[in-house]
Order: sequence, then C-alpha cells, then structure tokens
Amino acid sequence: MSTLDTATDDIGHDHHGPASGIGRWLFTTNHKDIGSLYLWFSLLMFLTGGVMALMIRAELFQPGLQLVEPGFFNQMTTMHGLIMVFGAVMPAFVGLANWMIPMMIGAPDMALPRMNNWSFWILPFAFAILISTLLMEGGAPNFGWTFYAPLSTTYAPPSVTYFIFAIHIMGMSSIMGAINIIATILNMRAPGMTMMKLPMFVWSWLITAFLLIAVMPVLAGVVTMMLMDIHFGTSFFNAAGGGDPVLFQHVFWFFGHPEVYIMILPAFGIISHIIPTFSRKRLFGYASMVYAMASIAILSFLVWAHHMFTVGLPLVGELFFMFATMLIAVPTGVKVFNWVTTMFRGSLTFETPMLFAIAFVVLFTIGGFSGLMLAIAPVDFQYHDTYFVVAHFHYVLVPGAIFAIMAGVYYWLPKWTGHQLNERMGRLHFWLSFIGVNITFFPMHFIGLAGMPRRIPDYALQFADFNMVASIGAFIFGFSQLLFVWNVIQTVRHGEKAQARAWEGAEGLEWEVASPAPYHTFATPPRVD
Amino acid sequence: MDTARANRRLVIRLLGGSVLMFGFGFALVPLYDVFCEVTGLNGKITRTGAIETVEADTSRQVRVRLIGINNEGMPWEFSPQQSLLTVNPGEMKQTAFQAYNPTGRSMVAQAIPSVSPGVAAQYLHKVNCFCFNAQPLQAGARADMPLLFVIDKELPPEIHSITLSYTLFDITEAQAADNGSAEPDGGSPI
Repeated sequence: MSTLDTATDDIGHDHHGPASGIGRWLFTTNHKDIGSLYLWFSLLMFLTGGVMALMIRAELFQPGLQLVEPGFFNQMTTMHGLIMVFGAVMPAFVGLANWMIPMMIGAPDMALPRMNNWSFWILPFAFAILISTLLMEGGAPNFGWTFYAPLSTTYAPPSVTYFIFAIHIMGMSSIMGAINIIATILNMRAPGMTMMKLPMFVWSWLITAFLLIAVMPVLAGVVTMMLMDIHFGTSFFNAAGGGDPVLFQHVFWFFGHPEVYIMILPAFGIISHIIPTFSRKRLFGYASMVYAMASIAILSFLVWAHHMFTVGLPLVGELFFMFATMLIAVPTGVKVFNWVTTMFRGSLTFETPMLFAIAFVVLFTIGGFSGLMLAIAPVDFQYHDTYFVVAHFHYVLVPGAIFAIMAGVYYWLPKWTGHQLNERMGRLHFWLSFIGVNITFFPMHFIGLAGMPRRIPDYALQFADFNMVASIGAFIFGFSQLLFVWNVIQTVRHGEKAQARAWEGAEGLEWEVASPAPYHTFATPPRVD
Repeated sequence: MDTARANRRLVIRLLGGSVLMFGFGFALVPLYDVFCEVTGLNGKITRTGAIETVEADTSRQVRVRLIGINNEGMPWEFSPQQSLLTVNPGEMKQTAFQAYNPTGRSMVAQAIPSVSPGVAAQYLHKVNCFCFNAQPLQAGARADMPLLFVIDKELPPEIHSITLSYTLFDITEAQAADNGSAEPDGGSPI
C-alpha cells in the first residue's frame, strides 16, 4: 500500500478496485474477496450436506428400508457429518473472520494476504476429492465422521485414502487460516486498540485460532497413522500387531473435543455483537466474557474421554472426565447470563439478526443442558450412541453454530452489499427455521432416551411416530433455507440503500466505513480511544 | 517494515507450534502405553517371566475364566482346555489352550490377551504364555499351547473372579512380508 492512497482513502478509487473477470477471484489477496469466497463456498457445502441430511431423514421417515441401501445410508451419515463440520461451519467462520476482523481492528487487510488466498483455494480441491469418493468403487467413506479404527482401517472401503488426503488438505487450510488470523490480531491492530478493547468477535477468533493450531495437527497425525496402518504395515490401531483401537479414540477425541469449541466460540463472538446492537446497550461483562472463552478453551483439552465413557475407562477416569466436563458449564453459564443481562432493560427491537441471536441463546442452552446430561458418566451408558446424542449435538450445532452464522450474515450483509436485506423474508426464514429445527431435533431426545441407536437406516416400530415428525421438521428446515439463499442473492443485487451504520445501535469500527465497505478500508489506521 | 518482521517471527513460531502438535499426536502413542503400564489400566499384563515361588494363600479362592476368541477370518479352532479354573493366590497354575489348523496351509497366529476387570491385570503374573510368541501351525496340525501363571497375593479382596481372554489373529501374511522379524509398532504384544 503506497502512501499516496491514504489521502484519498474515503473516495472510491477505481484504479485500485478489484480486477475484472475470474482472475479477481483466483488471484485475489483482498480480505473482503477471500471472505466472500469462503462464505459462498460454505453455503454451497451447507446445501450439499443438507441434501444428504434430507436423504437420511427421508429414509427414516418410516421404519423399514424404502429408499436407499444401508451401505449408502452409512455413506450419507458420514459425508453429511464431514461436509457440515469441515465444509460448512468452519469455512463460514473463517469467511466471517476474513471479512470482519481487519475492519473491526482498523487494519488494511489480513497480515498474510497471499497465504490467505492459498488457504482458501486448497479447500475446493479437498472437498472435490472427498465428494468424488461417492462415485468410486466401494463407495464413499461409510464409517461415520468420527472414523473409528478399525472400521476406518481394516474394514474401510478403498476410498478411505482419498478421505485421508482430503482431511490433510482441510487441516492445512485451517492451520494457515488460523496463523493468519493470529498474526492479524496481534500485529495489525490500529493504534489505541488494546487487547481489552478488541471487539468480542475478534477475541473469540483469537482463542479459536489457537485451538486450531493446537488440535488440527493432531487430526493430521491420526489420519496419518491410519494411512500408515492401511498402506505401510504399521499397527497403531491393529491389535494383532500390538496396537490398540482404543488409542484411536483417545487421539481422535483429543482433537475432536476442542474441535467442537472451534465450531462454537466464534458463534459466541457473533452473538456478543448482535445482542448489544439490538438492545441498544453495551455488552454486559466484557472482561468476564473474555475470561469465560479462555477457560472454555483450556478446559476443552481436559475432557476428551467423555466421548469414551463406555470403552472401559477406570472409575477414576470416569469421575475425572465427568467433573471436568461439568465444569465447562460454569464459564458457558457466565456467557448466557451476560447475554441475558445485556438484554435486560434494554431497548429491544427484533430484526432478523436479533431473532436468530435470541433463538441461539435459548436453543444453545437446551443443547448445553443435554450436554450436561450426557456428561453424567453412569447415565451416559444408556445415552451413548443413541439419538439423544444426535439431538444434543444438533442442538448446539444447528441452532447454535449455524443460527449464529446466519445471524452474522444478516447482521453484516448491509455492510458487505450496501443494501438493506428484505426484512419480511428474513423473518419468515427465521420462523420457518426455528420451528423446523425444533420439530426435527426435539423428538430425537425422546427416541434416544427410548433406545434408538444412531447411524442405523431402520428402526423398531415404537420409534415410528417421532421419526416421522422429525423427518417432516427436517424438510421444513431444509427447504426454508432456500429463502435464505434467495434473500442473500436479492440483497447482493439490489435493495434499499444501507447507511454506514446500518443498524441503529451498532457500535464498532466496521460501522464507521461506508456501506458497501470500499474495496480498501483503513489504509490509514484509525485512532481508537 | 516493523509489522512485516513481527509477522514473520509470529508465523515461524505458530508454524513451529503446529509442527510440535503434529509430533505430539504421535507422541501420544507411546505416552498412552506408558500411562497404561504405570496405572495398570486397559487390562494390559505387564508382569511376565520367571517368578520366585511363594506359599499359596489357601484361605482364598479366585475363579479364573478362560476365553478363546477367533478374530474375524481366522479359521483355527481355538479354545481353552478348561474354561474355568479355581486358583489360590500365590499358587502356580498350569493350563493350556488347544489349537487346530483345519486349513490346507501352514499358518502363523498371534494371540492378544485381555484381562477383565482391568485392575486385576497388574496382579496377574504370566510365567509363560503362548501369547509371548507368534504360534506357527502346519496344515491340519493340532497343538496344546501352554499358559503358566500366578495370581499375586496382593489381589484386592473384592475381586473374586478374573476373566482372561485371548483373541487369535491370523498374522501369516504379515510374517511372510516381514520375513519373520516383525517388530510391531505401538508396543509389544504381550
């Protein structure tokens, strides 16, 4: 960035606008372009994974086998999980980080713009490899997104090798993204923007990025061990050679548990922006929010074996992991308390982002409570691998992570596009999603408690009614997402002109720049007091 | 520029951090074995080899149930000579597992033991066990594979019965590939 630009920063300067044609997107190093790429990619993956979810729900509409082969059903559950976790939720958060973090901290761009380009552009290759396995002989991975060995080694379809490479590429992308975000936050802040003045979304991503750097390499390690077991004759997870299948679960969940916080901490950050805006109050308990997120991140490394209560852990282990898990409810409770207190006596309005944010707080808390139930080791022996677990993690991921992403998209869409969104359609989308999500996932608590196992294409007759209800809800939720897609596309193309401060109560540097945000913002760092 | 230098330093550190964590993932493998050995979890038997004879504690009896399981695809017939033994702690007990290779080819098997309850594993001392070595068997041959063990007198009083299970794996191919000098990864198969 030359010093010449600084004088004309506020004027649209075409000579430094985006390049034209496909080259703009292939070679871009602009954080806004890359953010958009991440978000569109994530939307595409969300719809792909959603179609798979609907296939699962269609098969489960009635007992018996109607639509798909059991083998294909297993491929669907596996691919749905992998695509939603690594393709929809994580890239969406990275996209939001790319768009918002530089604008929130008054930086001209990300710290490492070329690496930023690369960390996005390897993702489509990773998912092309993963999805192409569906067409391979022996089919796609069918061992569940947790890919427990030896199911994923000895008994896996040949496509498992492609799956392993896809995971490696996704891991590289995440690690590069995380390094970039940390470097941006630590080195690129505007003068006066001290750490305890950072917007909450920035804080949440700083902590998430450290989690990513700590655990994505462990995931890469565990798939590498699988690769070696399958092709190079090692026996990490093969009992005949002296290995241990339980070792797989320990290493996997050492990654897997922090991973679930990777998928929820940025959501906490987004919600901590939206609730104050539409309550027209400052966020209650800023410092306690930061400490709560940091303690959740640290605790997340000490609880992995609560996914493994039934593998035969000793009593001491069960007790330790049970109480450590329950401890996480304390910082999480602090956060929920702070959000509710922010709304208390606020001047509330209920625009679309706020509706999603409030639904997030309520439904995420339900998911948190079912998590507490699962944390109780003795009762987990009953809940383990039932639909109760499915209900729990969908409550924290769909109305948790996904609702927060949608809230964030609706909230910042006027800033990105310069257009106000269609509020009526947004609210319709909200209510259909809210009702659909609950119809889908709430009955799963009951059928889970009654003993219906997860990942099975057929079930006993007594589960029929609730499964039918859940399937109807899934189709309501699934198809109402088309409203979201339509609304976003319409807002990008036209709409009422948005102000720089698109929402009345919005605070923060991102609302100081024009809407739509100019291609280059904050070439001269703003002064933060 | 200052920021550029700071960025480079930070990137090197963070990359170093992720390489370290990649290594840590692999370090978990031996760490996990060490942890199991130290705590005696996971039903892994760590006490093997010759032992000083001690007087048996005749006031106490422990039931030892023996189980032989074939891993998937293993065609051998494999079962304990006696499926239930009554043992006094401190007493040296000899028994055997019978194996029969019904196929028309020579095969090599490896038995992997497991003890339940897991805490009992550290009180089970195997003086000699067929699971210490790979077991070759000619086509159509039969063998009695010996097991010689002592239960420690220190066995907690609340444990009245111990299950000792062996799973038999077909390692013919792996043996052929490694030319009989296999050093299995992730700890030795005791």
